[in-house]
Amino acid sequence: MKNKIKVHDVKPIRNGRRQFLKLSGTALMGTGLLFMAGCSDDDDGPNPDPNQIFDLGTGDLGVLNYAYALEQLEADFYSKVVNDANFTSTFSANEQQVLIDLYNHEIIHRDFFKVAITAAVNNDTSKLLPELEFNYGSLNFGNRDMVLATSQTLEDTGVAAYNGAGKIISDPGYLLVAGKIVSVEARHASAIRNIIATGTVDGGDSAAFAGDDIVDPMNGLGRALPPSEIISAAGGFIVTPFTYMEQGVG
Amino acid sequence: MNIIKILDHLSDKELLSKTSSRRDSFDHMKNMGKKIALASIPFGLAATSSKTKAATMSMASASMMATPTEILNFALTLEYLERNFYRMGLDTSGLIPQEDQAVFAQISQHEDDHVDFLLAALGDDAIDEPTFDFTGAPGGLNLDTFTNYQTFLALSQGFEDTGVRAYKGQAGALIDDDALLTYALQIHSVEARHASQVRRMRGEKGWIIKSENTLPSAFSAIYGGATPESNTTQGGVNLSGMFPNNGGDNAITAAFDEPLTMQEVVDIASIFIVS
Repeated sequence: MKNKIKVHDVKPIRNGRRQFLKLSGTALMGTGLLFMAGCSDDDDGPNPDPNQIFDLGTGDLGVLNYAYALEQLEADFYSKVVNDANFTSTFSANEQQVLIDLYNHEIIHRDFFKVAITAAVNNDTSKLLPELEFNYGSLNFGNRDMVLATSQTLEDTGVAAYNGAGKIISDPGYLLVAGKIVSVEARHASAIRNIIATGTVDGGDSAAFAGDDIVDPMNGLGRALPPSEIISAAGGFIVTPFTYMEQGVG
Repeated sequence: MNIIKILDHLSDKELLSKTSSRRDSFDHMKNMGKKIALASIPFGLAATSSKTKAATMSMASASMMATPTEILNFALTLEYLERNFYRMGLDTSGLIPQEDQAVFAQISQHEDDHVDFLLAALGDDAIDEPTFDFTGAPGGLNLDTFTNYQTFLALSQGFEDTGVRAYKGQAGALIDDDALLTYALQIHSVEARHASQVRRMRGEKGWIIKSENTLPSAFSAIYGGATPESNTTQGGVNLSGMFPNNGGDNAITAAFDEPLTMQEVVDIASIFIVS
């Protein structure tokens, strides 16, 4: 349990898990198994003490902490990917370079948010989301297909998260930063999707980089999802509980 | 422009396609005088003639912040450009290799969708489609765009990266309009997916390191501008030098895309706009 505490009259986190289960079977179809694996771990655990659950906060602070949570997840995931003992044998040289780039970018995003939030709350770090712990269930980091599928899910989810959170932001400066990051996440998602679809890093061959499953073929719009759905989905990987009461999570 | 009107348009798929086909039939017959008059106005501000004066005035009084109608027409112009470009590319026999057809068919479909979407959103306020010349002659260039696949690819990358930066640059002006902002972000992320794909097909990384690129030098503005892609200051914090073990400043600049102003985008697009 983390040390940053914000007291709330919190509904059990169990509520969020129900949403997650629903989402993993629909919107994130095909990757649901990975989430399920992560999720099942906390099914048996005791309910967390509501008094020790961090709340992301309200307004722009809440959005910043929300983004920080997602970037922590991505950074942690790629850290495990590139540090896996079999990394250089699991992936081709070109794939390794792409994954190392993504790792670097997500570390930079994560650390940037930590600095930005710390500044935004005038060093009152009780309002800064603590470092989260993650669990990837049965994910084998030495399995190329599983790692790439999870990478795609995280990147697509990240894009949908920023797309959906933009309207919650009220400060133009924060909105601009979110815009600067979301397009990079979309570039990542495109690349990983293409690598999965073609087995190469040369591009071409496939429309998967912006497939009909992620860009609505009726209107050409990319996916946007509210925090409640994103957190429910990503919650399968996140061990440390937190709430986002303003957005109905908790 | 009001959002109820937009939603009414968008919620009616039949109306959307009707609007689209009506425009197709009228576009080329509309009075030429208007098009000529508009040619002297930066295209982002070129609303229908009755709106032009207001748009120009509002730009003069608030040079940094465009109205939603201006932004949508600005976006529409870019989407017209992309739609025209990909349709011409796909229609040019022998240009796009078989193995890349699926990629450009998908991108072209999205640009078609974006034009239709913006037309529906703008209704009667939508500008007419400009006349494009992808040799770049309006900008003094003479490109072999539809006879040399490498040139076509290079322009595709340029248009997609410009599109990403253009939408990003207008997000702040839409901050008070939740629906429009979300739509803009949704298109923005699709342009970024396109950009990454085409960049990688050209042997570049999907993300932009500093302001480096392999496009003809005439297009350096696509990665430059008031806030160039090489920018390392984010949220008031200069990140330069802070990540020596994570790719350094190259990775910092790649991890953040940067905006272009409306005028910067206009200057880039004008290379290809006859009128």
